[in-house]
Amino acid sequence: MPILEMAAKFGTYAVMAVILIFALGVVTLRNIFHCALCLAAALIGTAVLYVAFRAEYLAAIQILLYVGAVVTLIIFAIMLTEHLAGKTVRQNNSQSPLAIAGLLGFVALLTVVILKTPWPVTQTALKAKVSVMALGEALMGTYVFPFEVISIILIAALIGTVVIAKKDAPEERL
Amino acid sequence: MNAIESLKYFVPELILLGGAFVALTLDFFLRQKKLVGEFALLVIVLALCLAKAPTQPLPLFFGMFELDAFAHFFRYLALGAVGITILISLGYSPLQKRYTGEFYSLFLFMAFALITVAAANNLLMIFLSIEFVSLLSYLLVGFLKEDPKSKEAAIKYLLFGSVCSGIMLYGMSLLYGATGSLELPVIGNALLGAPFKPLATAAILFFFTGLGFKISMAPFHMWAPDVYEGAPTPVTAFLTVAPKALGFAVLTRVLDMIFWNFQSVWTPVLVILSILTMTIGNITAVSQSNIKRFLAYSSIAQAGYILMGLAAFSHLGRDAVLIYLFAYLMTNLGAFTVVLFVAGETQSDSLDAYAGLSKRSPMAAAMLTIFLLSLAGLPPLAGFIGKYYVFAAAIQGKFIMLTIFAAINSVIAAYYYFRIIRLMYLTPATGPAFAAPSKALTVALWTLFLSVLALGIFPSFFITRILG
Repeated sequence: MPILEMAAKFGTYAVMAVILIFALGVVTLRNIFHCALCLAAALIGTAVLYVAFRAEYLAAIQILLYVGAVVTLIIFAIMLTEHLAGKTVRQNNSQSPLAIAGLLGFVALLTVVILKTPWPVTQTALKAKVSVMALGEALMGTYVFPFEVISIILIAALIGTVVIAKKDAPEERL
Repeated sequence: MNAIESLKYFVPELILLGGAFVALTLDFFLRQKKLVGEFALLVIVLALCLAKAPTQPLPLFFGMFELDAFAHFFRYLALGAVGITILISLGYSPLQKRYTGEFYSLFLFMAFALITVAAANNLLMIFLSIEFVSLLSYLLVGFLKEDPKSKEAAIKYLLFGSVCSGIMLYGMSLLYGATGSLELPVIGNALLGAPFKPLATAAILFFFTGLGFKISMAPFHMWAPDVYEGAPTPVTAFLTVAPKALGFAVLTRVLDMIFWNFQSVWTPVLVILSILTMTIGNITAVSQSNIKRFLAYSSIAQAGYILMGLAAFSHLGRDAVLIYLFAYLMTNLGAFTVVLFVAGETQSDSLDAYAGLSKRSPMAAAMLTIFLLSLAGLPPLAGFIGKYYVFAAAIQGKFIMLTIFAAINSVIAAYYYFRIIRLMYLTPATGPAFAAPSKALTVALWTLFLSVLALGIFPSFFITRILG
């Protein structure tokens, strides 16, 4: 069914374009609250892409973790810091044009690289469909070491962050 | 090798982790926080004693932790660096008493992180372990939370580091997309087949960005002076040696296993970056007036010399990198130990505090002189052996231009190292004599001093051990 295939292709590109627009919004809009909303939209768009690429579990996690937790946290943080909520902030400075020029060069380089590379599409890659069960088994099997290392990273980072972010009352100091 | 079988080769790392958690718990009960530091030191020594050289490469945890001779060398290096850092932290006063326990515990985590970097053999583990080291570094840099300079340094480090590792991660994703594997040898073989040159070139450049940040290679060195100046002095001493050494370890592994077929692409890049790094480091170091900034630029320059060995990438070149890193570790930690001692006495990191140091503390002046001479690469000190190997590798690889630039740079470096020595010996003292350094500092100073001398005088003894 070439029409369906074309529609799927077109839809995927459309979603990508929308993500790009929202991502631009994150770094250009002046109201920080709008930026956070744009970020949420961009993350939801990524989840849609995951669904399109048949990684439904990843999509669910993306929504749950990023949209559900991270963005909500960001919005809470914005609302709690009163002087940020309604204020507009400039997101560019005198170095922006230079940075944009550099960025365009970078994008051009990447485009050349991506177009020139013969991306291998194998049958195994096309048929790959990772079930949640296989994912869990991999995490407890082959990938158990990185999995455990991540938990150590999180705990070490947490301890350090608490030390740095904690506010000491002056009399509490030893 | 599966996870259970791997555990028996993983004892030193388990001890480090266990030690980190016990140190945190001890922190609750002990009022004398120094004891936590001494406990952490004990853990490091124990791990050092139990670390056995593998007779053959062991792919532990399904190949996620590749314990070979190379990783084993860096394991010693990491444990040594962390051990010395904890030792000199015991004599460092600005650390708030309240958080000292966490400080030592984070250093034990750091030792573990560094070892995983050394043993990382696939893209996932490389990224994870490097991020682990980076996160801990950001936290340790910002540890003096009352000090605005420390906070500024941490933020700068964090922002710069995130961008660089983001770029490296993008390079990794390109490699994964093209080859469908995370294993370094598999990727290396897959890149041979199809016309992957543009992709490999981009990936190499992205890796240079991410790892160049870790080793403070120009043009990714901008964070180094501010971070080194703002961080607590023991952390600065640590950052100038250990993450840098491990950055070189990963770079060697990546170039060796993925990009060995593209040597014609990255050799010229590395030669240019090496010249750029040492020149920028040396020329900027001349005009510094703060000793920590001064040593920061000097350490950027040293990274340039080490890159020479990597650019040559012969057998000799890789040996040169290992030997240089070992010599540099001892020397730079030693120099920072003296800086820490002088700052503790004068409350100042300015170069003026070193005027007449030979009168105020003859021992500190003599030792700093030896460390600076070793950094300058004069015989018969450790730095000379490292420089000798690096130059030999560059000449053997017919990198004449690079060698000439390195020689000119060594002369500039000698000028500014001697400037400090002159300041210590030929200018009149501005204050009273110093008290003797604390026990911990004395032990650290003598250990480093003797290793710098020993490596310079009996190089063959050490080199045969380093190169296995």
